Amino acid sequence: MSNHLITEGYIFILAMFVGFLLISKIPPILHTPLMSATNAIHGVVLIGALSLLTWTHGTVDLTIALVAVFFSTLNVVGGFVVTDRILGMFHVRSDGEQ
Amino acid sequence: MALSYAIPTVFFIVGAMRLKSPKTARTGMWWIAMGMIVGVGGTVLLHPDIPWGLTIAVMAIGSGLGVFIAKRVKMTAMPQMVAVFNGMGGGGAALVALDSLGHFRSLGAFAALIATITLVIGSISFSGSSIAFLKLQEWLHGPRLSRTVQATMTGLGLLLLLSLVSLRIANQPVPGLAIWIMIAAVFEGVMLVIPIGGADMPVVISMLNALTGLAAAATGFLISNNVLIVAGALVGASGTILTQQMSRAMNRSLRHILFSSLAQSGTGTPGHGDLDGTMIEASHEDVAMLLTYSRNIIVVPGFGLAASRAQQEVRQLMEKLAGHQVGVKFAIHPVAGRMPGHMNVLLAEANIPYDRLFEMDAINQEFKDADVALVIGANDVTNPAAKTEPNSPLFGMPVLNVDQAKKVIVLKRGKNPGFSGVDNPLYTRSHTSMLFGDAKDSLGKLIQAIE
Repeated sequence: MSNHLITEGYIFILAMFVGFLLISKIPPILHTPLMSATNAIHGVVLIGALSLLTWTHGTVDLTIALVAVFFSTLNVVGGFVVTDRILGMFHVRSDGEQ
Repeated sequence: MALSYAIPTVFFIVGAMRLKSPKTARTGMWWIAMGMIVGVGGTVLLHPDIPWGLTIAVMAIGSGLGVFIAKRVKMTAMPQMVAVFNGMGGGGAALVALDSLGHFRSLGAFAALIATITLVIGSISFSGSSIAFLKLQEWLHGPRLSRTVQATMTGLGLLLLLSLVSLRIANQPVPGLAIWIMIAAVFEGVMLVIPIGGADMPVVISMLNALTGLAAAATGFLISNNVLIVAGALVGASGTILTQQMSRAMNRSLRHILFSSLAQSGTGTPGHGDLDGTMIEASHEDVAMLLTYSRNIIVVPGFGLAASRAQQEVRQLMEKLAGHQVGVKFAIHPVAGRMPGHMNVLLAEANIPYDRLFEMDAINQEFKDADVALVIGANDVTNPAAKTEPNSPLFGMPVLNVDQAKKVIVLKRGKNPGFSGVDNPLYTRSHTSMLFGDAKDSLGKLIQAIE
């Protein structure tokens, strides 16, 4: 069990490094879409909320889990849709224009 | 089945790699979204005993509302929306932790600790983001608490939070302990964000983003799921980098922004002497003439431009000037908007091509060769005192070298100093002319005069 945890710790630290390397290459012009994309990514807690639903017993538990599902779905879906909208606005100048 | 957790991880990282350039960013985002779909789909297949009807109904409502908000939101209101989604993510993580803690006996000591950490981070992120939303939306103005009251309340809240957490770690059977921890953490989140003002919002938004990422990663440890750990770590790294860059662009440390924001309001004395010089006011016709006879112009947009919704006028001016063979570039300061990169999006929305937008470091050498620097609703980021006056509160903040242009035109609402209350000696220089009035109005008149 603790081996499992150590592996997870490694994964977390390595992912942080990868994150730092990748994200520091992103130019400031894209910082708003970057932020709204990462904003959508943390809606991944939806997976947590869904797996919670398998072992909830009783109305209170179920309600809490469903609220968590609601929050994180809103987060994921809204986040991706708005990021796509933003990225659709970035154009290069059209041909013939100086 | 384990594959359904490995694939999303790869998709997330490939997607993040593609966010490097505006050309590939859109598909990059879809890689990430696909990763999310595979991850959620895998969870669903792994757990067939979920109460389906209810879950699908709740997810449908959540998606519908998410799409509705995302399609309707104005680009000027992006920071608010990011704050809302941040709060949702943090709140979701906190609720997952709360539910896990409810199953007291089934959790080992270590899992209970992780659940408690998740609960605390998630709750702080939820309430902090909610307050940030209310402030950005201007529904809430910081209550006038004195600095001591503020510090005392934050300190007491922290003490309460820590003692509740240690009760949990010591495994004391206090009824409703998890709920109390949640309440204390929510209180801390409120106290943390409530004193922070508008100009510091880019930093706060980035910080809350990082915090929610960490909450997601903590949830991953809690339910032993690597997708959440990797995704949360990516978000945490991104939020941390943006927080650093934003505080550097304002020349203020994070600690300074979080804990002394009340101290700095209303100090505007240094640099006062400079404004004894008179500002030169120009007519729209003069400025129009000057612009059409220039060869290259650098436009410096600030939040004042967005506040008066003048982005379309800026684009029209750019097009009119292109007809006179005038080259127009845009110089964007990192904190020109209310969140990182905000100004780029506002200009892109008005169909200004992104290859005309230049970051501060890329364009700062070009001001000395520019015929005209046209400053629209930007103030502190153009203040030369930040480079030369050690007494100025802005000293050390990276600014745009607007003062080096051959001629400077400043479009400004009124004669008052800007948000920070610091005088800008740029305005009284002999090669600077002022156009007072609403930016949208002034630009409209300029366009007419050029015609």
